[in-house]
Formats: sequence, structure tokens, C-alpha cells
Amino acid sequence: MSELLKISGLHASIDADGAPKEILRGVDLVIPPGEVHAIMGPNGCGKSTLSYVLAGREDYEVTAGSALFKGEDLLAMEPEERAAAGIFLAFQTPVELPGVNNANFLRTAVNAVRRARNAPELDAVGFLKAVRAATKNLSMADDMLKRNVNVGFSGGEKKRNEVLQMTMLQPTLAILDETDSGLDVDALRIVAEGVQNLRSPDFSALVITHHQKLLDYLGPDRVHVMAKGRVIRSGGPELAKQINEEGYAAFLKEAA
Amino acid sequence: MNAIAPITLSLEPFAARLSDVKGEDRKAAAGALARTGLPTPRVEAWHYTNLRALSGRIFSDAPVGFDESAAQAALARILPPDAAIAALPRLVLVNGRFAPSLSSTDLPEGVSCTSFVQSPDFGILASPDREGMVALNTALADDGVQVTVAPGTQAGQVVLVSLALGTESDVSFHPRHSITLGEEASLSVIEIAASENAGAYLHNPVLTCAIAEKAHLTHVKIQQEAENAVHLATVYADIAVRAAYDSFTLGLGSVLARHEVHATMHGDHAAVHVNGAQLLAASQVGDITSVIAHAAPDCISRQTVRNVLSDRARAVFQGKVLVERVAQKTDGYQMNQALLLSPSAEINAKPELEIYADDVKCSHGATVGALDDDQLFYLRSRGIPDDQARQMLVEAFLVETVDLVEDEALRTVLHQALAAALSQRVGAAEKTA
Repeated sequence: MSELLKISGLHASIDADGAPKEILRGVDLVIPPGEVHAIMGPNGCGKSTLSYVLAGREDYEVTAGSALFKGEDLLAMEPEERAAAGIFLAFQTPVELPGVNNANFLRTAVNAVRRARNAPELDAVGFLKAVRAATKNLSMADDMLKRNVNVGFSGGEKKRNEVLQMTMLQPTLAILDETDSGLDVDALRIVAEGVQNLRSPDFSALVITHHQKLLDYLGPDRVHVMAKGRVIRSGGPELAKQINEEGYAAFLKEAA
Repeated sequence: MNAIAPITLSLEPFAARLSDVKGEDRKAAAGALARTGLPTPRVEAWHYTNLRALSGRIFSDAPVGFDESAAQAALARILPPDAAIAALPRLVLVNGRFAPSLSSTDLPEGVSCTSFVQSPDFGILASPDREGMVALNTALADDGVQVTVAPGTQAGQVVLVSLALGTESDVSFHPRHSITLGEEASLSVIEIAASENAGAYLHNPVLTCAIAEKAHLTHVKIQQEAENAVHLATVYADIAVRAAYDSFTLGLGSVLARHEVHATMHGDHAAVHVNGAQLLAASQVGDITSVIAHAAPDCISRQTVRNVLSDRARAVFQGKVLVERVAQKTDGYQMNQALLLSPSAEINAKPELEIYADDVKCSHGATVGALDDDQLFYLRSRGIPDDQARQMLVEAFLVETVDLVEDEALRTVLHQALAAALSQRVGAAEKTA
């Protein structure tokens, strides 16, 4: 089995009032190309921290372990280099950027990534064509491109905007951090279809979720259970169903 | 701090010229100056901005006459690239003097322009007896433009360029401008203060604006003077019933700059916008000072000023809102914000509300901060390099104020000026920080 992402013994802490607080305590995880993996786990288990550490957020200090992406040391890269290499993090809480036009933002990002990947930059016309097609697939109104990034967007609009960015940036590994939270059934379906549209042998996803519903749409290849900063159990899609029915208690007891 | 600061700053830099002024207004102004001197930080209105950069020098008159082709080349570089703007009528001053050969002769119907030397008129709006730099301007006023818009005329846009061209150091010019709008007239003025191959000059303009009933004046200024220049400008706006003065100043250049606005609404339902943005680096000092007076009921004033400061740059914001007893139902808003990109950058903010009416809505606020880490990470996580991401956030911060300008063409000009300044400055500043 080839490895797109290989995380080994990853430890990471965050500064909490001057003292380091360890949140990841030895995460091991492998994601092969073309697969969708889900991570589930109780609040505070380190799921979001894992996604931030993989995307390069500087607030976290990696104290041990490694993460290889396409065989390269992911942790040595700047956030923008990770994006260029093919990592995309869909934020649990997308950030508002007042004064930054959404279309300009998208075009700047797409061309920065294309430049880094030695692909020709998109001109205004080429970009518009690509973005119109993507917004249509996501049932997004055109005026969302004219507005400032995420400013005044509803929760559902913000999540759709994340999927739009993901579509345009063509990642090889998308990390979806509770992209399904706060979505109504229609929005959830649209977001799930947005991810499904990207499915290919060159696209993998790591889906962090609390809910069975998104996984029903995506049909994950593997499900991992995280607790206390580690992956304590991995299995097939049936694991998600079991958690849905029984909760985490049984797993936590097992891990203790 | 122990040394006793002088109350006045010596008039020596201008003494020879001041002793030689002719005419009642100029003599009165020179007399007022002789009593008060140039303002020092001991004067409350100049507490944060020190004019000592002027002392120890002797400022002489700017030379008359200039190199025509050099001026044309400078204008081509300075004027906004936008074709629609290039086609607008323009009034050009070179080294403080009106230059008919560089200015449009075909002004829109209903608009007339005379130069100050043609028919000198100081008007009644300025207060040389109270403002030292206005007194200096009044005493030494060399020239200027006097624009009049006939009642009911929708005059569109006019570009007013003040070009310092080949000016050596220690030259000063003191143009005196006036804009008069008749009832229900409208005009948009894009004022650009710029230089070409100029030294450490002083540009000290005074602009008086008389805005009659239901008239609307939009006044946008782009200050991109030479890096060693000093720019000390004062604007007076007098706003009648249901009239509006909508202004924006973009401060980019000069080692020391002050944009001082006195706007008085003496007619009901009038409106004033005194917005601005400053992008300062190195050891630049940029001062935006305003006195907005509500002297009639039901008027609105809005003020949003944002500053982006790197290196050792310092911004000053002094905003006074005066609500007179008669000015019931006043609606006032004032906000001053600063983004400090370096630990040695500084902002001095002094908001001041003076309210004598009892039924008013006046709010003000100030914020100071650095770039937002969450926003920066979000941009970088989308593949945008750190430098570019920082520049985008700085631009966004300032663009939000530019977007307060209603006139779309003027907004575009401001966006372009800002983007050009940012691509020159912020990238370089961030790298050396």
C-alpha cells in the first residue's frame, strides 16, 4: 500500500498560559492515495489540533514524531508550501476577511498555488469561467464572489465557500474539520456532493466529523477513532455506525 | 523634558518674506504671526506634531517658471493611469503657481476658474488669527485656483494637481485655493500633491469651500509629496442647508504631513464626511486633525480614519466634534484605527466631543492592533505567501475606508494609488522588519 500521508508518533503541544499543554500524544495514521478516511472522537480529543498541525498553524509546537506527505517532511514546510504541495484544510470556523473581495482572494490563491506547482496562471477570463462552474455546482449565488470573504455569510454559506476554495485549489489531500457542523440537510448534501465531485485516484480526504450523515454520503474507506490525543482504533465504515449507535464510551474504556 | 520648551517657534525661516508683505489681509496675518509665532507642541492643537523640522532653515520663494517638458513628463507619471481620469479637466499648479499651459481650458459649462493672482480674494472662511499655518499661508500666498460652480450645475469631476518640480530644498509655497458651489450644484475634486526631482520643500496650502444649499462637494486628496518634503494643509468647509462635504484624504508621502479640516454645518440636514487613511513608514509623521462643528439641527457627520504604520512611523489623529446648543438631533460618528506593523511605530489619538445640545447621538471609538494571526494563517493556508498575505490584509484594512467614498471613479483612483504605494512600500518594509 502506498502512502500519501504517513503520520508517526506525532506529539504536539500548545502554550496554555505559559506552560505547554500536550494535545497530541502519539498519533499514528496512514492515508493512501484516492481514499477517504474519517476521524471521529469525543470533544477535546485532538481532532482539530491534528488538522491545524497538518496545515501548519504556528500556535502548536510539534515535540516528537513525523508527518510525511508524498514522502516529504510536511512539518518542515510553511503553510503556503503545504497548500502548494496539495494540502487543503477546510476550516471548522472559516475566517472573515473584511475588505478582501472573495473573487480576488480566490484568484490570488489559485494563481499562487499554480505558480508554485509550475502551472500557468489563470487570466481573468479563465478564472471566471472556472469559478462560475464551481459556484454553480455548489448552488452558490454569484454575488458571493463579489462580497468580502466570509463577511456576513451564514454558517452554511461559509462552509460552501470552503468547498469552493477546495474545488478551485485542487488539493491531493483535503482535511475537512467538521465541515458538516451547523448545516441543514440540503446544505449538507451540497457540501457532500462538492467533495464527491473531487473523488479521484489523485484525491484523498481526511474527514473530521461527529455525524454519521456526512459519512453516509461519502462512504469512507477507513474510520479512525481518536481519544486523548491518539488514534485508538481504526476500522471500516462499520466503526462509524457503531459509534453512532453506542457512543464513544466502549472505545474509551478499551483504551484506558 | 526639563528644558523649558519655547511657547513659540521662531519665524526666522520666513522672516525676510514676512517683513515685506503688502495688503491688509497679508499684513494682518503677518502681524498675528509676529505675536504668536509658528505653533509649537505647547499649543494644544499642535501637541503631537512638532514643526521643529522647519527651524534653523531659511525658506525662500519658489522660482517662477519651469521646464515645460519635464512638467508634462511628471504629470504623465503622477496622474492616475485610468483613461477615464486622464480625460477629466485638470488644473495644475507647479511649485505653488497656477500653470495655464498644463491646465484644461475647456471646463464644464457652469464651472469657472480664475487664478488667485488674477483676483486675490482671501474670503471669510479661514481663520489666520487662530491657525498659525493659515496665517503663514495668508501672508505668503503666492497663487492658487478659485473654482466656482454655478447654481444647479452638476459639474462632474475635476483634477487639481500640485506639483513640486525640480524644487530645491528650503523652498516653500503657500497656495490659496477656493471652491464655491452655488445652490444645488455638485462637484468632485481629486486633489493630488506630488513631486518630481524635488528636495526638502514646504507645501502649505489653504483651501476654503463654500457649499450652498443642497449643493454637494466631494473632495478627495492624495498626498504623495517628496520624501523629505513637509506638507501642512488646512481646509475650511462651510456647509449650508441640506448640503454635503464628502472628503477623503490619503496620506502617503512627506516626512511630516498634516491635513487639518474645519467643517462647519450651519444649515440643517447638512452632512459631512471627513474620512482618511495614512500609510506611513520610516520616520514619517502624518497628522489628521479635524474640527467638525454642528451649528444647526439634524446634521450628520461621519469620520473614519485608518492608519498603517511601519518602522518608526507615527500617526496623529485629533478629532473634535462640536455640537452647539441649537444642533438638536445631531448624528455624529467618529472612528480612528491603527495597524502597527512594527514595535517602534506609534499612534497618538485624541478624540474630543464637545456637546451643548441635549438630544444628540454621538459615538466615537479607537482601536490599535497588529495584523490578525487567524486571518494571516487563513490566507497562507490557501497557498498565498506570507509577504503577499500581509500586504493583502494591510490593503484590506485601508480599502474599507476608501470604500466610504461614494463617487465610484474617485474610489477607483484611490484604490490604484493605494495599491501602487503598497506594492512599493509594504513589501520592502516587511522584509527589513
